[in-house]
Amino acid sequence: MAEGVGAVSGVGRRSALVGYLRVVGAIVSKDIAAELRSRELLGSMLIFSLLVILIFNFALELDLRTRQTVTAGVLWVTFAFAGTLGLNRSMAIEKDRGCLDGLLLAPVDRSALYFGKVFSNLLFMLIVEAIILPLYSLLYNVNLLHPGLIGVVLLGSIGYVVIGTLLSAMAIQARTRDILLPILLFPVVLPVLVAAVKATTGILEGLPFEEYQAWLSLLIAYDGIFLGVAIVLFDYVVEE
Amino acid sequence: MIEVRNLVKAFGVMPVLRGLNFRVAEGEFVAVVGPNGAGKTTLLRILASLTRPTMGEVTLAGYRLPAQAEAARKIVGVVSHQPMLYGDLTADQNLRFFGRIYGVVDLGDRIAEVLSIVGLRARRNDLVRKYSRGMQQRLAIGRGILHRPELLLFDEPHTGLDPDAADMLDNLLEKVTREGRTVVMTSHDLTRTAKLASRVDILSGGKIARSLKRGELKPGELSKLYYEVTRG
Ligand SMILES: Nc1ncnc2c1ncn2[C@@H]1O[C@H](COP(=O)(O)OP(=O)(O)O)[C@@H](O)[C@H]1O
Ligand SMILES: [Mg+2]
Repeated sequence: MAEGVGAVSGVGRRSALVGYLRVVGAIVSKDIAAELRSRELLGSMLIFSLLVILIFNFALELDLRTRQTVTAGVLWVTFAFAGTLGLNRSMAIEKDRGCLDGLLLAPVDRSALYFGKVFSNLLFMLIVEAIILPLYSLLYNVNLLHPGLIGVVLLGSIGYVVIGTLLSAMAIQARTRDILLPILLFPVVLPVLVAAVKATTGILEGLPFEEYQAWLSLLIAYDGIFLGVAIVLFDYVVEE
Repeated sequence: MIEVRNLVKAFGVMPVLRGLNFRVAEGEFVAVVGPNGAGKTTLLRILASLTRPTMGEVTLAGYRLPAQAEAARKIVGVVSHQPMLYGDLTADQNLRFFGRIYGVVDLGDRIAEVLSIVGLRARRNDLVRKYSRGMQQRLAIGRGILHRPELLLFDEPHTGLDPDAADMLDNLLEKVTREGRTVVMTSHDLTRTAKLASRVDILSGGKIARSLKRGELKPGELSKLYYEVTRG
């Protein structure tokens, strides 16, 4: 029988941490294994992203100068919509055969489940971005592989996924989940998207760092705030 | 092992459990029976800390829910209406995942052992998506016992099983109670239940309306009593 409820020794704490990280790791590797098999999540996100950047640019028939000014917006709209596809699919996997309950039975703090899903969602989003950015650069002759821009993409994606994972857990309970997620998510995540677009534009137009520094700070602040809120709320969202 | 006092659970304004009291000693095998919608699943989900009680006290092996649920979950094994398995993973990968979640140490050996208990050893590398309902239920049982839980919460575990698998499950349940583990199982099969359990509780009207120890009833009497209690 498991005795010693209040074991707060150093060993107890270390093994609790190990158990916590093991659960996070198990979820991420499970999601990767399932995705390697089905390729559904990355497949749909990639095809969707490709279509959007192609349609935008052909439909608008932009000259080089205008293209540079809309690039940031097109990119983030693409990532945001492709992101909801990924988030929905990723949470649907957990809902399908009642797997979410299986996760909730795990003998760890439930934030471990949240972090597990955040890391795998972020990984899939970054993979899509890592393919779309160079492709966009090639197709439209704008260099998007700037280290600062990659940093902004990373920060923006973190903020998006951190709050998106929480809301996808909420939306999955509803029958109209496919449409519910964007409705819940976009108003909330708007500050992150605006800050990301502004910072991206600043970098693409070669503005001095001071000009878009405030947007970067805002992005970092939102990432932190959203993370804190999500950790607190996740348990309430998933348990009846 | 289980101590439930004045448990109330309401979804919205509709109370499902109305001041339910329920005690299970270590090593007991309690079957909970009752009509559809009586709240059997709700009771089990509360014990598994998947649902919060609206009111009342729930203690599992000395751990109070929901405050100490994290520790309580370590000793609980659950089989529910849903298999809780990933379709895009093989049986082996599924068990490996849940084994890691519980920190099972000898995981490789334990998975092989569990797969032969539930009779899926030959199909261990098949995707769960391609499993029949009964096979998924077998694997769900395997997932439920993988971490050698002290307390088994099995919700209508015979559902979908063929006669062989149902016998396998009966043997398994007998074996775990012999080992001193505790079982709470819901069922609709009164005959099977009367044979297996050391106690049968009838859940009706949001409470345990009757509680019968093995030996207190002659065969056939249980169903008579069941209809008496549940039809009022
Ligand atoms: N998540 C839920 N939301 C609302 N009502 C629920 C929920 N779960 C169960 N119920 C209701 O609670 C009652 C008991 O359900 P349940 O515990 O599943 O019964 P049983 O397992 O005994 O058939 C039913 O009337 C059911 O509709
Ligand atoms: Mg039920």
